[in-house]
Amino acid sequence: MTTSEAAPRFRPGDPVRVRFADPPGHIRTPWYIRGRAGVVERLCGSFGNPEELAYNRPGTPRQPLYRVRFRQAQIWPDYRGAGTDTVDIEIYQHWLEPGDAR
Amino acid sequence: MTAPDEPRVDDHPHEHGHVHPPARPDTDDALTYYKAMEVAVRELLIEKGVISAEDVRRAIEAMDARNPAQGARVVARAWTDPAYKARLLADPNAAIKELGVEPGAYRLVVLENTPRQHNLVVCTLCSCYPRGVLGLPPDWYKSRAYRSRAVREPRAVLREFGTEIPDTVEVRVHDSTADMRYLVLPERPAGSEALSESELAELVSRDSMIGVARARAPS
Repeated sequence: MTTSEAAPRFRPGDPVRVRFADPPGHIRTPWYIRGRAGVVERLCGSFGNPEELAYNRPGTPRQPLYRVRFRQAQIWPDYRGAGTDTVDIEIYQHWLEPGDAR
Repeated sequence: MTAPDEPRVDDHPHEHGHVHPPARPDTDDALTYYKAMEVAVRELLIEKGVISAEDVRRAIEAMDARNPAQGARVVARAWTDPAYKARLLADPNAAIKELGVEPGAYRLVVLENTPRQHNLVVCTLCSCYPRGVLGLPPDWYKSRAYRSRAVREPRAVLREFGTEIPDTVEVRVHDSTADMRYLVLPERPAGSEALSESELAELVSRDSMIGVARARAPS
């Protein structure tokens, strides 16, 4: 069994941005969060890449998976609720690039 | 006009003294593409002796035996034992196993509700749910309406469940999109100080562990 694993690029607290991309296939990055900026809440570990696993391929290199926290008011311009409300989403590393703003 | 050699079905009255309401259509009869595929694969596996019909039945029975009472025991223990609660937040799978509950292959994240934060779980992509601890998800959890609205307007959704969250409390939505599974640790209700652990567990509903409701107040 292959154990190749991508090294984690981000740490909790790091600002990140979700890639804006629309590749075909089995994608587990929700559409509404693509292109959005957030902050890494935690590293969850490394997991087989679901975009590969879905087609019965080994899913390697395994991808670090993060929980990334986003401010609701930044995602939905007409969001109704406290400015501090958040949504946390699990995002695989190959969907994240370094961000610069909160 | 009906041809003379065709059987006539309307040549006698059907009235028998009263009128029946129209029958409600059955909803279990549509054999969709995926249902047909499941039946075909299952029957082939059984025919070839890979699994038996009894294996399938037992697996379904085991799946149905998991239920929110397991999660409620975990919550009640966390309410009464601060050291257990610390272990539950740090390593949920291990802490849940301590109580004899098998949480399953997925790694759990326990989300603690506090006077300042209310957590709500949704899977916008499909129906990811902590099945090992809570059993099968309710139908509404899988509905397109809940999946799209819980993330878009969580406070309105919570209000429809009868859960009013003041603006001074942060609403934290958790979109369960990948390899983690989420369990909300609701706040212990006021007035529950004198209750035993098993009495406390009865206050913990399935919905309170998804985050659409609070734990019940003691009666």
